[in-house]
Amino acid sequence: MSSSPLLVKNWLDPEAKPFIEFRDVTKLFDGIPAVRDVNLSIYQNELFCLLGGSGSGKTTLLRMLAGFDSPTEGSVWIDGVDITQVPAYERPVNMMFQSYALFPHMTVFDNVAYGLKRDGLPKAQIAERVAELLELVRLSAYAKRKPDQLSGGQRQRVALARALAKRPKVLLLDEPLGALDKNLREDTQLELIKIQESLGMTFIVVTHDQEEAMTLATRIGVMDEGYLVQTDEPHTIYEYPNSTYVADFIGDINLFECVVTENDAGNLVLSAPQLETTIELDDPVVGAVNQTLWYAIRPEKMRLTRDPSTAVNALKGVVHEIAYLGDFSVYWIDLANGFRVRISRPNISRMDDFAEAWGEEVWITWDGSAGVVLSQ
Amino acid sequence: MRLSRYVFPVMASLGFGFLYAPILILVIYSFNESKLVTVWGGFSTRWYVELFQDPQILDAAKLSLQIAASSATIALVLGVAAAMTLVRFRWFRGRTWLAGMVAAPLVMPEVITGLSLLLLFVALDNWIGWPSGRGVTTIVLAHATFGMAFVAVIVQARLRDMDRTLEEAAMDLGARPTTVFLTVTLPTIAPALVASWLLAFTLSLDDLVIASFVSGPGSSTLPMVVFSKVRLGISPDINALATLMILIVGLGGVFGFWQMRRSTHRRSA
Repeated sequence: MSSSPLLVKNWLDPEAKPFIEFRDVTKLFDGIPAVRDVNLSIYQNELFCLLGGSGSGKTTLLRMLAGFDSPTEGSVWIDGVDITQVPAYERPVNMMFQSYALFPHMTVFDNVAYGLKRDGLPKAQIAERVAELLELVRLSAYAKRKPDQLSGGQRQRVALARALAKRPKVLLLDEPLGALDKNLREDTQLELIKIQESLGMTFIVVTHDQEEAMTLATRIGVMDEGYLVQTDEPHTIYEYPNSTYVADFIGDINLFECVVTENDAGNLVLSAPQLETTIELDDPVVGAVNQTLWYAIRPEKMRLTRDPSTAVNALKGVVHEIAYLGDFSVYWIDLANGFRVRISRPNISRMDDFAEAWGEEVWITWDGSAGVVLSQ
Repeated sequence: MRLSRYVFPVMASLGFGFLYAPILILVIYSFNESKLVTVWGGFSTRWYVELFQDPQILDAAKLSLQIAASSATIALVLGVAAAMTLVRFRWFRGRTWLAGMVAAPLVMPEVITGLSLLLLFVALDNWIGWPSGRGVTTIVLAHATFGMAFVAVIVQARLRDMDRTLEEAAMDLGARPTTVFLTVTLPTIAPALVASWLLAFTLSLDDLVIASFVSGPGSSTLPMVVFSKVRLGISPDINALATLMILIVGLGGVFGFWQMRRSTHRRSA
């Protein structure tokens, strides 16, 4: 998605006008903060993912945009209009609910037509639009069914059609694929992207599934305990996390606590007590001597070798455990002091050199640009 | 334990026998040829024929059905309003008290309910001249009062179970609160509405105590007529009448139960 040639990265343009804005939004439930001081701009045609664990405030943020909850402080804007006080039924947004919330007493047709009927459209026009939507989600044959006669995937598509019916400026999706099994999920993800691109709508997706967020999103907003901790493109979130929380939450990572021992015009030398070594970095980083920092490195950016002679960074260890996952294998390497490092290797050949290296003494090596230095 | 194989069926039969034997005997004797209630004189439907030729009973039955239907309808409207208030508006003070008070008529002795309603109606008649005297109106109001408590309890339970996101989805699609209530909330709780209306209807139909307190001349309900007849001596046509009432109440009960079950099935689907 992020590599789509059609995509205009509005968020990189300081002149671009945000389409949706949260300004200093805080939400308290009985005095307990669910969302804290969130500032967020989302641009037209984005497929924005709010990612976080349960209780991180992502759903509350979405509900404030839909109008089901109102912010305790701050304001919400759509297309330059402050909608903080606008009731849910007058907002130009529609939502696809996690539970789908299909009306059980109505047929598929009536479910999809519900919003159009509220607008008082003529019957013929409603029928035409509903047919068009059911075509889009490939459910034309099911128009007369009731929701309880549909499978989970079909219900999900009815919910999507219903939410799209009124051509909202923004479509909100709360864990849209949560209830689907894995295969159906991947298909549906691609389908969602296709629909979003063809309709040119702004989508905001709430999910706890980082893989889903990475697949779908133009940008991801990571939430933790009500704070929006990082908002960036998927690639940036993964490769340049801004905190140990984000680094740890997205994907797997090795985190080493380090102390700055030298600062030669920004070129730091880090000493990592857990590794009993120093770490060489290619690029300058901000940090003062004796400051404690974290060095974060992804398992796939480290290599296993038996000959460390050419490496910038190298550590000696013993293979503790190997998990063969088919497409790649995960190795847990114990260092001499007992500290455990996680490394993943793609299984490029059918019989990997290290496939049966249990208990063997090996070297871990990595480049100076492989990891990131984090201050919090 | 081999014993348990016999103990439980026997206990169950005893329990059900205790509950249903009197009713069964009543039903059987309603087809009795003999005029003596306790002596079997062969099968006959003559008491049913006689029953339908007794104008007093027919009028009372008609009146009772009218009262039951109108009081159940009033109870339904008020009960739903009370339930909506109690379940949906969580913030107001004294909510817990109100919730308890709505349910109070369920446990209040009927004699007390009847007496207090009578006092209220007399006082109202003196102050504002309405309802003037006792009669059908006062019975309907009295029955609506306790029927409402049953409706409120049943509908409250259903509203609590209801998926609130359904209402949010409707609102999200542009429905104003009234439209949400009419197009989504009401249809979703419809089985509970049917069941509670039927319950209020049957409760009104077989109420004797409260009706006796608040009725006036010319407004004798069926149970009142039956009771006064029985006091003059049991006649077999009362058995026939009772059998018919059991049939009506039984059918109502079965239908109500079926509605409730259907709604739970749909929810779990």
